[in-house]
Amino acid sequence: MKTEEVTAEVAAKLIPIYIMGKKYDVPESLTIMKAMEYAGYKYIRGCGCRGGVCGACATVYRKPGDYKIYTGLACQTVVEPEMYLTQLPFYPANRAVYDFAELEGKPEDVFELYPELFRCVACNACTKVCPMDVEVLDYISALKRGDIKAAAEISFDCIQCGLCASRCFAEMPQYHIGQLARRLNGAYLTPRAEHLKTMVANIEAERFKEGLDSLKAMDTDTLKETYQDREMEPATAGEDWAPKDNTYL
Amino acid sequence: MKLSYYPGCTLKTKAKNLEVSALAAFDALGVEYEEMQRWNCCGAVFSLADDDLIHMVAPVRDLVRAKEAGSDTVVTLCSMCYNTLARANDLMKNDKEKRNTINDFMDEEPDYAGELRVVHFLNYLRDDIGWDKVKAAVKNPLTGMKLAPYYGCTLLRPKEVAIDSPDSPVLLNEFIEALGGEITDFAHANTCCGSYQVLGNPEAALKVSYDILTDASANGADALVLTCPLCDYNLGRRQDAMLKKYEGAKDMPVLYFTQLLAVALGLPVETCHFELNRNSTIELLQSRNLLEKVPA
Repeated sequence: MKTEEVTAEVAAKLIPIYIMGKKYDVPESLTIMKAMEYAGYKYIRGCGCRGGVCGACATVYRKPGDYKIYTGLACQTVVEPEMYLTQLPFYPANRAVYDFAELEGKPEDVFELYPELFRCVACNACTKVCPMDVEVLDYISALKRGDIKAAAEISFDCIQCGLCASRCFAEMPQYHIGQLARRLNGAYLTPRAEHLKTMVANIEAERFKEGLDSLKAMDTDTLKETYQDREMEPATAGEDWAPKDNTYL
Repeated sequence: MKLSYYPGCTLKTKAKNLEVSALAAFDALGVEYEEMQRWNCCGAVFSLADDDLIHMVAPVRDLVRAKEAGSDTVVTLCSMCYNTLARANDLMKNDKEKRNTINDFMDEEPDYAGELRVVHFLNYLRDDIGWDKVKAAVKNPLTGMKLAPYYGCTLLRPKEVAIDSPDSPVLLNEFIEALGGEITDFAHANTCCGSYQVLGNPEAALKVSYDILTDASANGADALVLTCPLCDYNLGRRQDAMLKKYEGAKDMPVLYFTQLLAVALGLPVETCHFELNRNSTIELLQSRNLLEKVPA
């Protein structure tokens, strides 16, 4: 019996987009980053993790018939027909120079390093442009009233892309200021992990030496066997679960 | 009716003695309020330039936040915040053209047209709580204390937002009387403390402090009662510099009206944060047996 060969071609629909003003037809399902590569651009800068966390590929775009500025990460944002876009891989913003050990976690630390904080007029352009939906104005406002902890928490999702600084009416480097707040919060305002001290003291007192030495002395087969036979906490274990061998607890 | 409390930046740092004592008094007087969760600096000084709408955005955004929280009234403790918010509210209510420009610019927020009522805690005490209720709640009357009511500028000017007569205010007088204190009248009760002139011309600000404090002292005041962190800076925190410069000037205890209220209501002394006041303030209250224990 004769069979007829059928070739099914699956091709994505092409849509027009404008990269730095020049028109390209690209498959409609691509991210901006993939679309730029499809159009022939080769990334040397402006591309990092491709996973939406590194902040290297901040992109600004507009849509026809709409006055709004839109932003997104090129690696995460899907192209739209007729969009005009450009990437802003970097935006100049001065980072204050400081010796962290000399800071004390006080509001004045921030005020002295970034006095431009008080130029803020609450225009909210920073929040509107943030591709991570961070409430930038809210953390800047928190810092103006000395609340470093709130600023650290509100700015937590910042990926340091710099778009806030690009739009700031007061010419502030918000993302550097937020980073300082998170550092101060972590180093000076968050309670120390007291149990860590006990653990370090235990290690220094050679509490685990015997166990480690015996592991080091094992031949490969015994080591594998010991590993495979180790006692594991069952997935359904309750709060009161404890291993049978509690030598090192 | 829902009351939003707008704190203001200074009250969270340098003027905790104004805030903590007031909030304790709110509770003691049964005031139901909600502290605003999202707010920005109001701008502190209301911009007088006619075309300077960008400086209206900050106070208007605060009013929008209070409206979003479902409030119909915003109360402030700081006179400067009161002035800025009340004037921005006035502008949004009465100037259609500027209102439209601001609402258009702030297109990410719901439109605002001055729907809220902006009050200072002092006129809230008078109009919403009433002096009778305050009187009834007093546990430690300030009997025999001679108190100079210092109004400053921003509660009384301009007339659109004045909470009392700009020329002959009586609001703080009524407040002091409700707490059982004695009024010391003095001519400088509504003279400007020097305000931000302290930055550009500190000597001129010292001179005004000297005039105000000496007048209160000459009229026999035991202490000066004020409402504003900037007044406190010029009249309280800079008093040592004033004493050093002007021979014969006298130390004058200075305290916020809310601290006086907390003392009279018999609230725990910790709520007053007297460590942020002059030592003479604590000494005075101790000498009148108005402090249950010595603040740490």
